[in-house]
This record gives sequence, structure tokens and C-alpha cells, in this order.
Amino acid sequence: MSIIKAEEVTFEYVRRDENGNVEGKNRAIDKISLDVKEGDFISILGANGSGKSTFAKHLNSILLPTEGTVWIDGMDSKDDDKLFTIRQTAGMVFQNPDNQIIGQVVEEDVAFGPENMGIPTEQIRERVDEALKTLGMMEFAKKSPNRLSGGQKQRVSIAGVLAMHPKCIVLDEPTAMLDPAGRKEVIRALRALNEVEKITIILITHYMEETIYSDKIFVMNKGKIMMEGSPREIFTHVEELEEYKLEVPKITLLAHELRKKGVDIPECILSDKELADALKKLV
Amino acid sequence: MFKDVTLGQYYQADSVIHRLDPRVKLAGTFLYMISLFVFNNIFCYIVSAILLLAVIILCKIPIGYMLKGMRAVIFIMVFAVVFNVLFTEGEIIWQFWIFHVSLKGIKMALLMVIRLSLLIISASIMTLTTTPNRLTDGLEMMFRPLKIFKVPVHEFAMMMSIALRFIPILSEEADKIVKAQTARGAKFDSKKLTDRVKSLIPLIVPLFISAFRRAADLALAMEARGYHGGDGRTKFYPLTYAARDYISYTVLLMYIGAIVALGITFSRLTAFLLQFFANTNFGNVLSWLF
Repeated sequence: MSIIKAEEVTFEYVRRDENGNVEGKNRAIDKISLDVKEGDFISILGANGSGKSTFAKHLNSILLPTEGTVWIDGMDSKDDDKLFTIRQTAGMVFQNPDNQIIGQVVEEDVAFGPENMGIPTEQIRERVDEALKTLGMMEFAKKSPNRLSGGQKQRVSIAGVLAMHPKCIVLDEPTAMLDPAGRKEVIRALRALNEVEKITIILITHYMEETIYSDKIFVMNKGKIMMEGSPREIFTHVEELEEYKLEVPKITLLAHELRKKGVDIPECILSDKELADALKKLV
Repeated sequence: MFKDVTLGQYYQADSVIHRLDPRVKLAGTFLYMISLFVFNNIFCYIVSAILLLAVIILCKIPIGYMLKGMRAVIFIMVFAVVFNVLFTEGEIIWQFWIFHVSLKGIKMALLMVIRLSLLIISASIMTLTTTPNRLTDGLEMMFRPLKIFKVPVHEFAMMMSIALRFIPILSEEADKIVKAQTARGAKFDSKKLTDRVKSLIPLIVPLFISAFRRAADLALAMEARGYHGGDGRTKFYPLTYAARDYISYTVLLMYIGAIVALGITFSRLTAFLLQFFANTNFGNVLSWLF
């Protein structure tokens, strides 16, 4: 079953000059169609200005398409009566961890979503504890978010969305402001959510390393989807990816260059271990 | 420069004061502040100080941490002291040009410092022991009747709690901006007042821009999490009074009673004491005090 389906989605915004006169229209996304199966881990890759964040905001009815339709679990994103259910079905995590935490205590922040949904008090407690445990943040439940690291703050944000019991979580560059350790921490948490809780994850990012484990990758450039496929299918096209200003992981790049020089190793290496094994076979 | 602001911050600890219903703390702080302004005499301040001391001991927050918050208002205090000392009419003991120092002025300044300290400590205890969400809940509940007059009570409460949440974030940001602008040659530590005022512009402009950007982000995040105003919202911590809350209300009432009684009988008491100790050294000290 598809949880998110986009059909010919286009989003335009009006460009204005300094005096507010209309200068023309910009197409941030251009006729995007995609279909996401429930339980999948999906990545949307794109450089700055590729329209990936604009598209992400369509999956939660924050933006509505100028043309085309987005269905979230069978609901049309333009349907005003379903707005609330849509936002609960597809939770959203943003880039800046500080600007999306509302509570001054971790558990109060996690409770914010369920409170908005009108969940009875005892059930909010259960949901908050469950979400914090899943993200491994239980020991910080009573702490102030200001004292957490970036990775921990993002885990709190994810817990806040998880407490709303969504079917799908959309993450708009959740790791862009984190250090490498924090990035790993967040990605690990997302994989666990996907594998254990069977929640559909849609990860929007420009770090290719983070997409290695996804079931499917979409590559966006200038508002269009240029490539789609499994990580192995996508990562073989090193030159094309570089054209879209995306950086292929170092190890894949190294393998690619070796292959070009005539070293007989399989196409598209994703991890250090794979390359080591392939090279061992040659010796 | 801004990091030491403890006013409006929450300090986590496990104490009776922390567990009190926010409505009790709000009503208590409000009445306590009023009590400081109704009567202006040393006996009332002693009673007020005793109550505050008891609360400080009960709330288990390190006194040093609490006093750090006072640093932010030291300027106001110095200002109040200088004005009271220099411009209060009375028996003059030292004079220069338009300035004159009188015993009464020194006494007024002293009372002012006591009053301001009690005021600020009581306010900071409330915010140190209550999370903004609880504070908001308390305010919302107390002012709920105003909804009949179409006052957006929930919205105000939400705005206040968000403002409190962003105080530490924005003050950290202000620190960063100061460093960045200093690196570009701005003088924040200049001795000249005009320079210092001017130097605020390169601090305030970027700080405001950043605050607006954060506000836009936060609004988006709140909307994405299904925020749609106060209607149909449930509470993670619904407010219910426990025994300790009723006890606190009783203590509060007793305190108010004591202050009013002291304030009213004060003049009679002083008259009696002055007469009793008349013409002794202690009597002279007393007559200065009152």
C-alpha cells in the first residue's frame, strides 16, 4: 500500500522586486510524481535550491501544490477537513533543533503534539514515556533541552513527532546543523524506528552517506526528480551525481576511480568493508 | 554578558516548592509583591524576609545560583540608592551643590534595597521552580473567566511561555554576535557612554533578524505538530490542588494577616517603644529606624 503518492506536483511562487511588483513566477518543484510504500525508508537527495525542502513541506500540508495532487495515506493534502489527520499521519522534523522545541523540559515538549490532538492525560503520559524510551532519551525526560547536544535535541524532536503515533515521519535535513557524531546518532535512531516500529521514513538530505541504508533514493535537481532507485543503482552514476552538485561518499568515489584505472572490482562499493573484501579477492 | 540571567529560567530540583500548583505560586508571588509595597516599615520587611528565607530553604536551589540573577538588576538598585540618598529631604548631614545627604535618605535607600531584593528574589523563585509550561497552565486557568470578554487568554499564555523558553537561546546568540562584531572592530567595552549606546545597534539589528527567523521556524514546527489554538487541547499535567496547595494558601493568608496587622499597629508600637526607651542610646537608634 502506498502511504504517500504525488502526482504531477508543481509548486510556483511569485517573485517580486523591491517595490512589490510581480516580476515573474519561479517553479520550485516541477511535475514531481512519486509513490512511497508503507514501511519503506526513503531518501530524497538534492543540493541547495533543488526544491527538496519545498517538496517536503507538501507532505504535511504546510504547502499546497499549485498543480497536481499529493495523497497522504489516501487523503488529499488540499482537503481542509482532513488537515489535522494528515499532520498526525505524516509527522515532520525540521533542520534547526532549537527552533522546533516548544517545551522547556524534554517531556513537556514531547507531550506538545498529543496535547494538540486532544489525547486524554493518562494516555499522553504513556505516549511520552514510550517515545522517549524508543529514542533512548528517557534519562533526559526532566532535563532542559538547552543542556542537550544537537544530536540529542534532534532525537527529542523525533520523539515529539513519534508521540503523535504517525505512520510516516518526514525529516527535512535533520542533520544539517549537527556534528558528525550527532549525525550518526540521528541516522541510527531513524533506522531503528524504521526497522523496529515499521514507520515509514522520508529523509531529505544532501549528505549521500546517510542514504546508504535506504530502500529507495530519489535525486532531485532544479525542482525535478532526475534519478530514482536503490542506493547501489544510484551510486554507480558518480559523474551524473557530481553534475547535480552531490558528493559521493569517499569510499565509493575511491572504488569508482580504481575501476576507471582498470582495477577489477565490482561496480558501486558502499562501505569500507566491501572495498577491502573486493581488493582482498584480487590479491 | 548575558549568560548569567537567571530571571525567568527553570532550575530542576525535587522540592515541595517545585511540586506546588502553579496557581498557588502565582497568587503567592503576586500577593507577596503587593505586601512589600503596602507598608513601608522594617517590621513588615522582617516578616517578609523570614517567609522568603523559609521558601528559599524549602526550594533546594543553591543560593549562589539564585543571587546570580540579581546581578542583572544591580544597576537599577544602585540608581535607586543614589537617588534616594541624594535627593531625599530631611535632616541634612552632608551637602554639596544641589546634593544633600540626610539620615532619612540613607534609611529610604536602605529600605529600597531590601524591598527590591525581596521583590526580585521572590519573582525569580517562582520562575526557577516552575516550568514555563506549568506557569502558562496556571495563568491560563486563573484568567480563564476573561474569555467571556473575548480576551485571548490561551494565546497570551502561549506567547509568554515561548518568550521564556527563548531567553537563554537568544542571550547565547547575543553573546555570539558581540564576539563576532568585536572581531570586526566594534567597541562594546568602550568607556564612553555615547560609544556604548552606539555599539548596541550592530548587536540589536542582527539579534532581531535572527529572532524573527526563529519565530517563523517555530510557528512552522508548531503547526506541523497540529497546534491549532487552545480549543480541544488536553493537558499533559492537568492542574489539580493537593493538600500541600491548601496548606500553602493557608500560610499565605496568615502571612497577609500578619503584615496587615503589623502595618496597622506599627505606628502605635513605635510610639510605645520610643516612649519606653526615650533618652537612651537604643532609643536614638530606634528613632532613626522609624
